[in-house]
Amino acid sequence: MARLSTDHLLGIQPLTADDIELIFRTADEFKAVLQRPIKKVPSLRDITVANLFFENSTRTRLSFELAEKRLSADVINFSASTSSVKKGESLLDTVKNILSMKVDMIVLRHPEPGAPHFLSRYIDARIINAGDGTHEHPTQALLDAYTLREVFGTLQGRKIAIVGDIRHSRVALSNIYCLQKLGAEIMVVGPPTLIPPTIEALGVRVSYRLREALEWADAANVLRIQLERQRVRYIPSLREYARYFGISRATLDALQSPPIIMHPGPINRGIELDSDVADSSASVILQQVENGVAIRMAVLFLLAQKIRQSV
Amino acid sequence: MKSQGKDILSSERFRLTLRRLAHQIIENYPDLSDVHIVGIQESGVHFSQRMVEELRQVSSAQTVHHGKLDISFFRDDYHLRTDPIEVKPTELPFDVEGKRILLLDDVLYTGRTVHAAMTALLHFGRPRSIELMVLVDRRFNRHFPIRPDYTGITVDALDNAYVRVEWAEESGVDRIRMFASDS
Repeated sequence: MARLSTDHLLGIQPLTADDIELIFRTADEFKAVLQRPIKKVPSLRDITVANLFFENSTRTRLSFELAEKRLSADVINFSASTSSVKKGESLLDTVKNILSMKVDMIVLRHPEPGAPHFLSRYIDARIINAGDGTHEHPTQALLDAYTLREVFGTLQGRKIAIVGDIRHSRVALSNIYCLQKLGAEIMVVGPPTLIPPTIEALGVRVSYRLREALEWADAANVLRIQLERQRVRYIPSLREYARYFGISRATLDALQSPPIIMHPGPINRGIELDSDVADSSASVILQQVENGVAIRMAVLFLLAQKIRQSV
Repeated sequence: MKSQGKDILSSERFRLTLRRLAHQIIENYPDLSDVHIVGIQESGVHFSQRMVEELRQVSSAQTVHHGKLDISFFRDDYHLRTDPIEVKPTELPFDVEGKRILLLDDVLYTGRTVHAAMTALLHFGRPRSIELMVLVDRRFNRHFPIRPDYTGITVDALDNAYVRVEWAEESGVDRIRMFASDS
């Protein structure tokens, strides 16, 4: 009953709606813990977590580290830029070396899609995917959906637009899986070159006009243009992108009922979002960041229940 | 095959026991607004709600401070349990700092739940005192030096016996039952 159906959090795709609800209910209680004078509980005091980041991250890494520390886990951090990966060590060797130091859980961010799935077949530790290339970013999708659940009560029948660089976004894919499992309808919107041609197969609507999508949506999750993943030029210029797909106060004011604005961060101000939207009451961006810690505590807590059991 | 349970406290005596415990609280707290009743999730919460009703009936107190405490995050057997833990809400609508707390749970057995509850409570501040009230005190097989300040009934049972408190809200009747081992 109150137990996740999976031993790892590799993505949203393998989760059930019950798993997601369990994570949310647990996060509710952690959110309450974070309001207390002592924001720390001893649940994971005998657990060691390694945060392995083979790709840059500020928010996600800090959020995971804070979640781990508030659960009293021992934490070690590793980032590829300062490690032996530079000397040519393979992923499996790096991780096996770390695990031989008795690590129970791994939080992995890696530029290659499927890296955490690969590891899960070879090592005996609970794995949390903190972003694998352009594939999935499950904890981001969970905190996005959790934030929407706080705003709307339920996601059943809600309309969510995902705006921008859908092609390179792991946030988009995880969001689509997560929101659909919770009963929401999805529309993706962006320049045709940044929307995968077969995305309708996932059961989402597609639009190439921002205004149309924003009129339709109850909430808009605005993504960052990921220039670092674009090997060819998909858009003529950032200025043109901002002109057609950037959201400003004027864009929202022209709508009958403007949607709630979300963004997974980091924001390119003046490109996908203007400051007068990002900092306005229409935005729940900082609420997303706050919820990120509670969601990650819930995921770590629930997966830690699987540690002894599998030995 | 699971053995048939037997009643060790019938609903009539159950009612008398609750009333006696309420009078004991009144005896020890002349000003009832001093006591802050905290039920441990989730069986202790039924007990605390009933105790609050009882106190309102037998005294003239308008308000009885009460709350509920979930100890899931504070358990010391978190990784050893085979059954999953369902996290429940904690609601303490008062500042714990400097207060006299009365913890309520239905059955005191090893003492680990009460130990975890005290750890959890201390995360909210430094209470002036903590007392413990239980409906059933299973005296044997205590793992910690913890004893109740107020006891409904004391039961001496074998380790593999099982004591269950049933509440009218849930099962239609108030009673305490004991089951022999099911193995």
